[in-house]
Amino acid sequence: MSDKTEIPNVLTGRHYTTGNHAAAEGALAAGCSFFGGYPITPSSEIAEHMSIRLPQVNGHFVQFEDEIASMAGLLGAVWGGSKSMTATSGPGYSLMVENIGLGMMTETPCVIVNVQRGGPSTGLPTLVGQQDVMQAKWGSHGDYEPIAISPSNVQECFDLIITAFNLSEQFRLPVTFLMDETLGHMSERLVIPTKAKIKIVNRKKPTVSPEEYLPYKTGKDLVPAMATAGEGYNVMMTGLTHDERGYPVISAEAQEINVKRINDKIRLNKSKIIKLDEYMLDDAEIALISFGSSARAAKGAVSRAREKGIKVGLLRLITLWPFPDERIEELADQVKTILVPEINYGQVTREVERAVHGKTEVKGIFKLGGAIHTPKEILDEIESRVK
Amino acid sequence: MNKENVELIEAHDHPLDGYLREGRIPHIFCPGCSLGSIMTVIIDAIKEAGFDPKKVSVVSGIGCTGRIAGYLNFDSFHTTHGRAIPFAIGLSVTDPERKVIVVSGDGDLFAIGGNHFIHAARRNADITVICVNNFNYGMTGGQVGPTSYIGQFQSTAPYGSQEEPFNLPDLAASCGAVYVARWTALDVRRTKESLVEALQKKGFSFVEILGSCPTTFGRRNQLAEGKIILEYFKEKAVLKHGVDTRYVGITKNSDFAVGKFVDIEDRETLTDHLLHLQKIAKESASKGVRL
Amino acid sequence: MVNSMKSTVDRRRKKPEWPAFIDISKYKITAPQVFIIKERCKECEWCIIHCPEEILEKSDEINEKGYHPPKLIDGKTFDDCAECHFCELICPEFSIFVIVPEKEEGEIISE
Repeated sequence: MSDKTEIPNVLTGRHYTTGNHAAAEGALAAGCSFFGGYPITPSSEIAEHMSIRLPQVNGHFVQFEDEIASMAGLLGAVWGGSKSMTATSGPGYSLMVENIGLGMMTETPCVIVNVQRGGPSTGLPTLVGQQDVMQAKWGSHGDYEPIAISPSNVQECFDLIITAFNLSEQFRLPVTFLMDETLGHMSERLVIPTKAKIKIVNRKKPTVSPEEYLPYKTGKDLVPAMATAGEGYNVMMTGLTHDERGYPVISAEAQEINVKRINDKIRLNKSKIIKLDEYMLDDAEIALISFGSSARAAKGAVSRAREKGIKVGLLRLITLWPFPDERIEELADQVKTILVPEINYGQVTREVERAVHGKTEVKGIFKLGGAIHTPKEILDEIESRVK
Repeated sequence: MNKENVELIEAHDHPLDGYLREGRIPHIFCPGCSLGSIMTVIIDAIKEAGFDPKKVSVVSGIGCTGRIAGYLNFDSFHTTHGRAIPFAIGLSVTDPERKVIVVSGDGDLFAIGGNHFIHAARRNADITVICVNNFNYGMTGGQVGPTSYIGQFQSTAPYGSQEEPFNLPDLAASCGAVYVARWTALDVRRTKESLVEALQKKGFSFVEILGSCPTTFGRRNQLAEGKIILEYFKEKAVLKHGVDTRYVGITKNSDFAVGKFVDIEDRETLTDHLLHLQKIAKESASKGVRL
Repeated sequence: MVNSMKSTVDRRRKKPEWPAFIDISKYKITAPQVFIIKERCKECEWCIIHCPEEILEKSDEINEKGYHPPKLIDGKTFDDCAECHFCELICPEFSIFVIVPEKEEGEIISE
């Protein structure tokens, strides 16, 4: 069989598939050509799907000996010139955090899918959780600003992972894609558009000669151009604090410049990154803030509450990090209660409490893991607040 | 006849300076440390092996040896402790023509990085691993390591190391490396020739270079200067090409073997397998792609 | 005081006298040039100890960092260097190196 017919990386058409498969196809559509991973429930389907599809589209699938190697191999593949991803769950992400820190410090674009499950430790391998939100922000040591995106349905698993790849390339950092087991294993309709309709962003490449190139010199957007191996630029990549040339400089002055910039490039560009979905918030007196699978139940609760005449709305967080402090503070001026349904013991709730600065009541609706909220549970909470 | 004495000619640039990053020499290594000579040998070997410098990438881990990547003027990657090898695998499969060289220390490659080493050798990843073995963790002050011999004194083995160390060539050979050699830092010429062979070899090649570390190893073990460590190597190293790697372990004050121990042809590499998979995958997809 | 070659690793050997099969003075042989970047030297003594022609020793002068770089032994010239490049290969500091001039070797200069 000749190679004349190229196997497409975008399977245009209507499909009925799971969140995991949608995420894998979305990555392929975004141009991913390397997957380095290790099996872990509930993300193994992504690896399995990539093992079938990546070689078809001239990519490479490598199953490594552990998650630590996977993350390192991922970074190596990106510096070799490809777009790379991995997929894991809580315990695997814990192993990867050191190298995620390396990715942050060296400003390496890649996507890490975390299909969250019950934790901590081995926890509930086959059941849902949303307990790795704080880990996506604080997992690795040191100061860095991450981006974390959370889809709520199978179509978004496809669309938003392309956004994740685009943001990682635009801002040069590892992006965490926070799915959960319910979403990963549920089946829904997926519509994949034509390749031409999918917007892809690629990393900035250097425009000067190797003699003039400074790997970590930036303009106003604080994002440096990225030369990769084999292009004649003799790149220097190190996890040590470094100067514009990429050479290690062990001093407080270099730290000020280096670490401040990798944080500021996200902090000062929050408006370009944050994505929110607002449902019936205009005249709301009670607001729900949720994300991922629990946002689906929250939306159901909002609809039922509205039928009963309760003025409630939903702010669905699509980007969990950077956290949308400003919008939530605005909301706090408008509503008298904010309820946060989440499948953990209080992670986004804490962030909301911090963001409202005491202007309004914040209460979490917690399920510790293993089951998603029912709309009725959330509705009961809403109704108790109305009295 | 009273001739005027001839002086060595004073210079300010070295012929290999083009291969070293500007402004980084003098390097941070101690006086009497063999890492500088090993750098010279690696650069000469890369030149002699005839690679396009644009296609050469050097990956290192953490430690004194790990700093070498920061001095060499190729695509240099200084990664986290122990993870140079999987990083190198990611780098090497993305371009089959790229020559990826991993240079790191004994602790970085065989303690924290041990798992990655054995899998890379098993899969015959197309990389060359150069391990500079100085028998301890030098950069952090001289702690005992997986290659410290029995009776060696280090900062975390104040009563002498009690444990059996790794026999590195044996480990590499048993995991499937296609080229295994050990040299000392004194034997620069043979090391260079061996490195040329290892670099040109397709597949997982491993070269162990016994290095001199006077500051944290030598001073604690009656080998207080670099020149004395080299003298120790000269006395104890015995050239034994092709000997069974089971017998090349190093013990205190005994002879040890150096030479080329393993040189196998015709083993398929990881890159070969991945490219083969692409072929099979496309053939199977010709009947239609399923989501 | 410079402690020159009193270390235990001093392996100066007695050179044997070779019979002269050819009259070297008839031929033009270009000597190599041995260079030293004095400020880089860290006095490890490896070039001095391992030079097979034993033409180097520690000098009395010190460089910026207080180390004694090597010098040619009094009476030795570049003609005594065998161009083996061992000092260049083993120097850990990229300090000493040998350049072999590309000139015509072996021309007969007189009968």
